[in-house]
Amino acid sequence: MSAISHEPQAGGFRLSQLIYDTRYRSLTIQVVALILLVLGLSWLVSNTVQNLEALGKDFDFGFLTQPAGYDINQRLIEYDSQMSHGRAALVGILNTLLVALLGCAAATILGVFFGVLRLSKNWLVARLAAVYVEGFRNVPLLLWIIAIFAIMAEGMPQPRDFREGGGASMLVGDSVAVTNRGIYIPNVVFTRSLGGNEVVAPEPEEPDDAGTTGVASGTYGGSRIATGGAGVSTGQDDQDAADARNAQSAAGEDDAAEGEIVPSSSALDWLVVLGLLVLGIIAARMVTAWAKRKQEATGKRPRTLWINLALILVAPAIALFLLGAQFDYPVLGGFNFDGGVHLRNSLIALWFALSLYTGAFVAEIVRGGILAISKGQSEAAFALGLRPNRTMRLIILPQALRVIIPPLISQYLNLTKNSSLAIAVGYMDARSTLGGITINQTGRELEGMLLLGLFYLVLSLVISSLMNVYNNSVKLKER
Amino acid sequence: MSDTHAQTQPFVRGEMLPESEPPLAEKGAVKWLRENLFSGWLNILLTVVSLYVIWVVLSTVVPWTVLGIWDADSLTGCREIRDARYGEGMEVACWAVIADRWQQLLFGFYPRDLYARPVLALLVFFAGIAPVLFTGLPRKLLWGSLAAPFVMYWLLWGGSIWGPIVVALGLAVGALAFQVGNRAQGALLGGILAIVVPILYWLFLAGPLIRALASVLPIGIEFVPSDDFGGFMLSFIIGIAGITLSLPLGILLALGRQSDLFIINKVSVAFIEIIRGVPLIVWLFTASLLLNYFLPPGTNFDLMLRVIIMVTFFASAYIAEVVRGGLAALPKGQYEAGDALGLDYAKSMRLIILPQALKIAIPGIVNTFIGLFKDTTLVVFIGLLDPIGLSNSIRATTDWNGIYWELFVFIGILFFICCYSMGRYSLALERKLTRENR
Amino acid sequence: MKTSVFLGALTVAGFAAGASAAQTLDDVQSRGNLNCGVTTGLVGFAAPDANGVWEGFDVAVCRAVAAAIFGDPMAVEFVPTTGQTRFTALASGEIDLLARNTTWTFTRDTDLNNEFVGINYYDGQGFMVPRDLGVSSALELDGATVCIQTGTTTELNLADFFRVNNIEYEPVPIETNAEAQQQYLAGACDVYTTDASGLAATRATFEDPSAHVILPEIISKEPLGPLVRHGDNEWGDIARWVLNALIAAEELGVTSANVEQLAEEGTDNPEINRLLGVEGELGAMIGLSNDWAVNAIAAGGNYGELFERHIGESTPIGLARGLNAQWTEGGLLYAPPFR
Repeated sequence: MSAISHEPQAGGFRLSQLIYDTRYRSLTIQVVALILLVLGLSWLVSNTVQNLEALGKDFDFGFLTQPAGYDINQRLIEYDSQMSHGRAALVGILNTLLVALLGCAAATILGVFFGVLRLSKNWLVARLAAVYVEGFRNVPLLLWIIAIFAIMAEGMPQPRDFREGGGASMLVGDSVAVTNRGIYIPNVVFTRSLGGNEVVAPEPEEPDDAGTTGVASGTYGGSRIATGGAGVSTGQDDQDAADARNAQSAAGEDDAAEGEIVPSSSALDWLVVLGLLVLGIIAARMVTAWAKRKQEATGKRPRTLWINLALILVAPAIALFLLGAQFDYPVLGGFNFDGGVHLRNSLIALWFALSLYTGAFVAEIVRGGILAISKGQSEAAFALGLRPNRTMRLIILPQALRVIIPPLISQYLNLTKNSSLAIAVGYMDARSTLGGITINQTGRELEGMLLLGLFYLVLSLVISSLMNVYNNSVKLKER
Repeated sequence: MSDTHAQTQPFVRGEMLPESEPPLAEKGAVKWLRENLFSGWLNILLTVVSLYVIWVVLSTVVPWTVLGIWDADSLTGCREIRDARYGEGMEVACWAVIADRWQQLLFGFYPRDLYARPVLALLVFFAGIAPVLFTGLPRKLLWGSLAAPFVMYWLLWGGSIWGPIVVALGLAVGALAFQVGNRAQGALLGGILAIVVPILYWLFLAGPLIRALASVLPIGIEFVPSDDFGGFMLSFIIGIAGITLSLPLGILLALGRQSDLFIINKVSVAFIEIIRGVPLIVWLFTASLLLNYFLPPGTNFDLMLRVIIMVTFFASAYIAEVVRGGLAALPKGQYEAGDALGLDYAKSMRLIILPQALKIAIPGIVNTFIGLFKDTTLVVFIGLLDPIGLSNSIRATTDWNGIYWELFVFIGILFFICCYSMGRYSLALERKLTRENR
Repeated sequence: MKTSVFLGALTVAGFAAGASAAQTLDDVQSRGNLNCGVTTGLVGFAAPDANGVWEGFDVAVCRAVAAAIFGDPMAVEFVPTTGQTRFTALASGEIDLLARNTTWTFTRDTDLNNEFVGINYYDGQGFMVPRDLGVSSALELDGATVCIQTGTTTELNLADFFRVNNIEYEPVPIETNAEAQQQYLAGACDVYTTDASGLAATRATFEDPSAHVILPEIISKEPLGPLVRHGDNEWGDIARWVLNALIAAEELGVTSANVEQLAEEGTDNPEINRLLGVEGELGAMIGLSNDWAVNAIAAGGNYGELFERHIGESTPIGLARGLNAQWTEGGLLYAPPFR
């Protein structure tokens, strides 16, 4: 350390000081490292440029605007084969996000469930949970995805078994059909959709179901490939629909005179309903905070359960009623079920496989987290007179969470990245559309892979920063 | 006192009663069952549900597995035997495909008469890794660990023995250059020489030297091209090569991430985050589709090598995080002790910090290896014949087209055995470490 | 340290082995074998047997080219490629010849910088349905669930077909043939679509092939052929004329059984003599020995023999010659003259 306090002699700077003087050495090392890095990168870039030139290719993202030419079965936004590669990539990206979101939620639930079961006093249950955890942790995910996909295809009844005498029947009052092509559940549609409804003349004409299936918003692309005109709401349609609504209200709910309104749903409807729900939750939280303040001030906690429930539920319920919500049940058609929402086998298999696989890791994390809390904590809680469930909720879990959350973040990241194995079951995620068929058809592997890598990178960074924010909020605050 | 006592207590037992059996409900199997399976309504329910699940799974899987047919030469043969043996409509496994193709699933297309070589290479790997894992062994064996990669390379690919030897000599050249530079100018020059001289040696001198030695003394074994590698052997090679090669890079990255030097720190962080943020399958496609773009025109690696390079980069980012955990777990006093002894950065890392940090990191490294080993199945998407890729090829022959579950079950069981045993090992190691640290 | 050593060693090896110059033939000859890209496994076209020896109709083309160059049909290293990696493998020089039932299309020929050297199998995309579905035409498939194999032209043809006929369908894209087969058999899709040859091969392996019908519609043209890189015409010539030699040999009646004899004794037919190197210097013109075609034919037989052995009616796959018959017999095979 004496070197630092020592005043350098005036004008005595020698070149060798760059290496031997601790004041300059780190700077020297960094500059050298920077130069090497820049050299290395420019070497790579110049190689790439030369190679592209030799192959007669250019670096151009123009292919994103060309027509894709292939169909995608699960679409959260409107898409058909004449739309651009960029649009196809977006559809894939949304599908990735969907399965990642569903997977993370299910993996957390499964993980907590089996993590607790592994600690169960019941020997058999603890063993079974252990078999689950070890089985899924030690066999490659790819095998599990393929196996679950095949089991679903072989174990579930075919749609044609639902015909008379086929031996299969729909569940929950003929509203849910579990088939080997996926699960059909009722869809919520609106007779007074904000996106506009198509009106079908009262002649005995078959209603065009494109209107109900064309735009699947916020739900799992419950649409089949509709090569006829899909129910896209154009401005003209809106006008028609508004006219129809006016006519309808004038006729006093007697719609038979004007024509039959085809129920449909649009993004706007769901935006309104979900927006009201979120507002209700925020209001309920404010009420809770108020109750807490009151409790701290007076020692008495006002009852807030019913107020909260009302705040959360009433507004969306009114909105649903005003929009004329009704269920669109799946009905057995020619080859398949029509109507409703179709959760495809590929989605379900991938979702199950991802969440079962990641759930096994989460179970270990949860178990470790609970075991890490010293026994004295629960004993102390009991000594204070807390009941067991309160002990768990107020003492054990908050402390266990601190241990659980950091590794949980990396499991979420793993799950998101592993969703790129969707190709094995033909789930059209970003890797299958942008990184698969698009690259195949256009031969733009450099640009496509770059975009794909960038997408995953951004997604990972977003997830980890969001989770880190949460982690910081539950972290032990040392004072 | 004694009389009152005698009066109030008319009877005092003079001898112990013989030990009697505990009540029936409090001993043996019954007690165990009661405590572990039927201790309450919830538990009874859980037990019944579990038993039902076990029954459903076993009743479908066991007959299919046990009654499986081993002696047939094609799927049609299997079906004929099945119909003759069990009558129509019974579904049983056709294990004959495993009997016919197990060598391929394990070794790919590696020449049959040379199977001893990959097995030997695996043994060399275990011998090489033993001194690292078991600290009780003499330290001199670490020299063997250093030689093991070259021996393994030679055993697997074969060819002239001079290739690996001459390349390994580069290490000695590097060490020599370090000594010379150290003596002449100090550690810094030594370090630079230790990096530059071997690279020059490998780039310009090694090739001619190998050819010269091979023409003078042609010692070698049969050369096996990478295209013949497949099956579990391929998974092992990619996994083991990825982990061992990524260790040095991973340690450097971890040190870089801990470093105070701004640029080095940021570069390490960026490298680690970029690698970890993108799925392995994208990196594998990069290896298969793009790596040739980044290298000088005309360069052409074989695909397996490209995959190993990519997997090494991928694993090094994960290893870096594991090692960083080890570094962070060390008490600050260790760093301060190093400084207090007047050791420079390199020495304090080499002599004090890293040996301890790496020891803590070994379970994490083993877990990373398990993950990597499982992820090697992704190479099927770029056309390498790992076990899953081979299962597709096997199904593409007219004999076995249409077979499905048997191959996946076999592959799954082998993966389970490997990963489970490694997982147990890492768990045992972790327990040992916590005991020692207590 | 260990990394740098190992990588260094491999780099040296890589640089030494690399350098894919324009002269592919020289590279192949100095390497001593042909690197041939095939599928990772497709029934009848390419699959490794129990000894790891690749066999199949596409594989036979590779072997014929190797035999023409080296006189040894086994001097081939087979590189399995996927639908996604095949063109890159060819462009990067990893393989010299791609024989992976690849459809000859405009973009693949021009934009992707490949050169198709001919057509070894005329195929077309068809549909297979279970017989009890009662479907007799693809136009009745409105609303059906269709299993397709991804990474090929199949999905594009399918989208076009259904769009043109204005009917709806639900595509289920599947990565491998084995899985598509399994999904179809389990009834997870009503229809399986791929090249007609693939459908026939798949159907042949079912427990009860007669329970499935292949619909009459062929919705696309799929001329499958071997291809090489743009830019090395000499190499392209070799691959092209080996294929032509196999086709011409069948037309001229030259088989693996009589080729040696015909080459030794010569015939009255000057074209056979030129083909087999008895007359003229055709081999030298493409940089090979004069018995190049003899070796190529002796490797596995002429086109007709290869067809019969790997995918013809005597095999479980049982494909008829159809379009792939000689032009003299109503097919499309028409080798240019050898002169």
